[in-house]
Amino acid sequence: MKAAAFAYARATSVVNALELLAVHGDKAKVLSGGQSLMPAMNLRLLSPEILVDIGGLAELRGIAMRGDVLVVGALTRHVDLLRSPEIALNAPLLRDAVSHVAHPAIRNRGTIGGSLAHADPASELPACVVALDATIVARGPTGERRIAATEFFKGIYETALSPDELLVAIEVPVIGQGSTFFFQEYARRHGDYAVVGLAARAVVAAGRFSDLRLGFFAVGDRPLLAAAAGKLINASVNPGLLAEAATALTNELDPQEDQQATAAMRRHLATVLFRRCVAALLARPELEMGVAK
Amino acid sequence: MSAPVSVSLLVNGEPIDAFVLPRLNLADFLRENLKLTGTHVGCEHGVCGACTVRVDGEIVRSCLMLTVQAQGALVETIEGVSDSGEIADLQVAFRERNALQCGYCTPGMLITAQDLLKHSPAPDRQAIREHLSGNYCRCTGYQAIVDAVEATAKTRAERGT
Amino acid sequence: MTVTHPPAETLSVLDRPNSYIGKTVPRPNLDRLLQGRGQYVSDLELPRMAHVVFLRSPHAHARIAAIDADTARRMSGVIAIVTGRELEAVITPWVGVLSHLKGLKSAPQHAIAVDRVCWQGEAVAAIVAISRAAAEDAMEHIAVDYEELAAVTDMRTALDPATPVIHASLGDNLAFERTLDAGDVDHALSESEVVEAEFVFGRHTGVTLEPRAVVADWNAAEARLTIYQGTQAPHMVQNIAALHLGLREAQVRVVCKDVGGSFGIKVHIYADEMATYALSKLLRRPVKFVADRIESFNTDIHARDHRCRGRICVRPDGTITAFEIDDLTGIGPYSMYPRTSAIEANQVVNLVGGPYVTPNYRARARVVFQNKNVMCQYRAVGHPIACSVTEGLVDLAAAKIGMDPAEIRRRNLIADDAYPCASPSGMKFEQLSHHSSLAKLLQMMDYDALRAEQAALRAQNVYRGIGIASFIEVTNPSAAFYGVGGAKISSQDGVAVRLDAQGSVICQTSITEQGQGSEALTAQIVGSMLGVSMDRVRVTLGDTDNTPYGGGTWASRGAGIGGEAALQAAKALRRNILDVAAAILQSTPAGLDIVDNRIVNAADSVSRIELSELARIVYFRPDTLPPGIRPELMATRHFVPRQYPFAFTNGVQASWLEVDNETGFVTLLKHWVVEDCGTIINPQLVDEQIRGGVVQGLGAALFEKCIYDERGQLTNANMADYLVPMSGEMPDIEIGHVVSPTQESELGAKGAGEAGTAGAAAAVANAVNDALRPFGATITEIPLTPQVILTSLGRI
Repeated sequence: MKAAAFAYARATSVVNALELLAVHGDKAKVLSGGQSLMPAMNLRLLSPEILVDIGGLAELRGIAMRGDVLVVGALTRHVDLLRSPEIALNAPLLRDAVSHVAHPAIRNRGTIGGSLAHADPASELPACVVALDATIVARGPTGERRIAATEFFKGIYETALSPDELLVAIEVPVIGQGSTFFFQEYARRHGDYAVVGLAARAVVAAGRFSDLRLGFFAVGDRPLLAAAAGKLINASVNPGLLAEAATALTNELDPQEDQQATAAMRRHLATVLFRRCVAALLARPELEMGVAK
Repeated sequence: MSAPVSVSLLVNGEPIDAFVLPRLNLADFLRENLKLTGTHVGCEHGVCGACTVRVDGEIVRSCLMLTVQAQGALVETIEGVSDSGEIADLQVAFRERNALQCGYCTPGMLITAQDLLKHSPAPDRQAIREHLSGNYCRCTGYQAIVDAVEATAKTRAERGT
Repeated sequence: MTVTHPPAETLSVLDRPNSYIGKTVPRPNLDRLLQGRGQYVSDLELPRMAHVVFLRSPHAHARIAAIDADTARRMSGVIAIVTGRELEAVITPWVGVLSHLKGLKSAPQHAIAVDRVCWQGEAVAAIVAISRAAAEDAMEHIAVDYEELAAVTDMRTALDPATPVIHASLGDNLAFERTLDAGDVDHALSESEVVEAEFVFGRHTGVTLEPRAVVADWNAAEARLTIYQGTQAPHMVQNIAALHLGLREAQVRVVCKDVGGSFGIKVHIYADEMATYALSKLLRRPVKFVADRIESFNTDIHARDHRCRGRICVRPDGTITAFEIDDLTGIGPYSMYPRTSAIEANQVVNLVGGPYVTPNYRARARVVFQNKNVMCQYRAVGHPIACSVTEGLVDLAAAKIGMDPAEIRRRNLIADDAYPCASPSGMKFEQLSHHSSLAKLLQMMDYDALRAEQAALRAQNVYRGIGIASFIEVTNPSAAFYGVGGAKISSQDGVAVRLDAQGSVICQTSITEQGQGSEALTAQIVGSMLGVSMDRVRVTLGDTDNTPYGGGTWASRGAGIGGEAALQAAKALRRNILDVAAAILQSTPAGLDIVDNRIVNAADSVSRIELSELARIVYFRPDTLPPGIRPELMATRHFVPRQYPFAFTNGVQASWLEVDNETGFVTLLKHWVVEDCGTIINPQLVDEQIRGGVVQGLGAALFEKCIYDERGQLTNANMADYLVPMSGEMPDIEIGHVVSPTQESELGAKGAGEAGTAGAAAAVANAVNDALRPFGATITEIPLTPQVILTSLGRI
């Protein structure tokens, strides 16, 4: 199985990449790390006429604090997220998530921009940016626009990007003190896509959540920011309330069935993950006990 | 449209200039154009790890990288790291522990193991298993490979390298 | 290591220098593989070589109304596009039956489908081009007009009158049926507790890391076909290629260098490989076929798709009084050639209840056709099914009467001093060691301490389980396996050994190497018997022009059969060498010995002459030899077991694991195996065969399954969706041995290649059920996915 023939253009700048995309429209595909695109092309599931390779664009690299916003360039690779001191300090959720993404050889090529633009509902980073309340920066022929992560994902492999736009950066607000994170996923094997996963950011004070953002993934056609989390904010969390919130969670999920799990199983695992997450964030192991149903 | 593209790269230290079709992936380029058949092809969709090589010092799946993306890069294959002696001790450990049977996964396994030992000189068994978890071996059941990597880490620590 | 029999007298010669038997020595061929210098078929390029890609049916069952390849033929790089009808002129069809499997039937199968396709993935046309990519480009432009036919997919309804018959000429969809009734099962049923369950096994496949690969090179000037192929049985391939291409065997040479994994996948004759041979002959140039991963999933043989209803009868004191099974399996649309697809079910009937004393056993096995990929022999053929059913039932019986799983086995396993004996299915056992094996296993795992730990953890809401599985394994098959049924599959192997002009040894063997260590064990045996150091022994294998005739490496036969041939050949050469030495040294053969590459006095070990010097004299100065001496520094011997149809081995495995009862995820913590394969030639190689085999069984237990939809579409034909075991989830595996050599050979070695796979899944399934016992859940289905476990727990 060999990829079908295509033309190749090595973009020399973001502007050049945008020009190429404007010329070729949806016949072009942007090549970043290629770790999702290449398998699909090798299998001839995708046969773009031209690849626009943005891999050499230094302007899309780098991780930097700008005020209280952490700016992550689109070409930042998974391995960069894993090793970056800025990420470890300001957005450790991304680091924790990346260790679940595939395997080292994939993480050395795969980029955050590529992962978000690919919008696989089972992948980790989309859920993280939703949980982190991040903003996606896109540049197109008419200039730059900022899209809230919660508005960015539109469906399976669908985003708010138009074919002539390029995802250039991710902006992550840094809350600083009091924020804690939780990342866990259930995958059949190390590095597999999750059956169900959860990326969470919380602010805990005096044993209560003053903020709780739960980004579930692999539970629907896009990452889900769970509204059920609201029930636990500024409330005294007890098993009863947790059970009530878990029920609310299952009602807002619309999971797909696939070979790994039925929709019912995904709902069940989401509630288990939900309870384990709350117990971990509040450091109250007793909340983990007791099966949801 | 899909005309050959010129590409220049270093393969195992040797400068290579070539004209390749954009669709030619790095694994096929190494095997078919350069006859470096130690890089194996097992799945061509990035799952099995048999085609693992090093590009600019970092391991990648050569089936998931176009040759044209390797413009200006240093590519190292099993032939290169064998001839340089870089992994001689790891290869001895694999031989002594019979950490290979059919040998088809072995080049990718060795390159991945060497990558681990470079970044983490004293990994525990679970860390070894996790780092190798993207490299499929149907023959050994993995334990012998984990043993060989663990043993190499220990010898290197004792040697202080 | 426990030795139940002292080593045979004849092996005492081995307690000396150059005694490699029983020792861990590295395999001589490893450096090549470690440095990326292996020579796999997928690496091979020949001048003028073309590449073939097969257009494969997207339908499980369809009539081919028309094939339009005009556009594709005109495309750049295309050499030929060949349909089944066109290829028929070059290669004849085949039928995969064996006469000793009474009633087994199948339909003629073509190298490329003619008029009709019977499974999704069957080849419809061959596209030969200058590169694989060019052939794939052209393939997209071939238009096939299919008329879809009703597909038979569910084995449970394949025999229903309302179900269409796949091959009208056969009358129905029943390929094979076997029944057996031994002892008095009805009486046992009437007087015992009866436990019943249906065991369900996922269809899975071998996933060799190097896909099937062949280069066929028809040299029209020589009228000779050279087949470079990753195969386990070169002479079988030679015979069949010649037969169907209308050639004499001497016109076909099969060369098999390094093989990237086999496990039984590469011991069959595949239609696309046959088509590749034929295309080379048709196009008069070398043609290469390397299956891609998707083709591998759709066309490499599948295995283990069984539903087996089982019953066990047990008395309150733990005595097992009977086993009864009703096994059903669907094998795809054809019985595979030439080994047939009835062997697996036949083995299930042969093996259920095998480790246990009870004489009462009733069995039925039915093998049905369906429109899915073909099933056939894969590592540990039938054993995992028989073992899972037997051991699952034994654990259910133990639970029913409240007895410890180890104890019920102790009370029912055949006693170690009861041999020779036979099973109710007629299997003859020479010498097994179930009790010593079980005792050793329990000691290795510290069974009582583990049970205590399990109990303590349960109090903390942690659910761990212990599962035990005893097993027997068929190894060293005689002609009883295939030859008696009419297949040209040799059960004997040959080894030729010669001394070269510098005193080194060249050894040619008919067994093959796919990583098991065939080359190493042959060199170990030859070096040991000759008194030559291993670095002076070079082994050649995998070439029908350059090795004696023989079966190859499959069915755990390489060491036991090929090893014995090597031993006898080396002994014969040793006698020849000593005859010459005695003449040169004016001594007697009995007064001399060979140690460390030189002739010594048998009595005082004083060195007399180097082997290199002896060879120099023989080859270059025969004029100096005494008159009448005719040195013969080459010897050939063949071996086949005659007394026992199979050399049965035995063993026992245990699994220790944890089940997250809220998520259904299983964590394997540890696995133990005690195995008795007779004489151990190389302990490390045996242990690694077992470990690799265990992990294949663990994959079956937890992960692997070919998932077909109701229309016969394989829906997970890629490595992202078909889950193979990877290093992250696999446990460390501890191995122990009991040694009961077979007396049928001087070497005493039985096979070890399939033992790990035979019992691993059964041990895991029993462990999962042990962990879930507090919840009252019992699962008799593999793979044990989180979905299956959560469903069983009533969580979803």
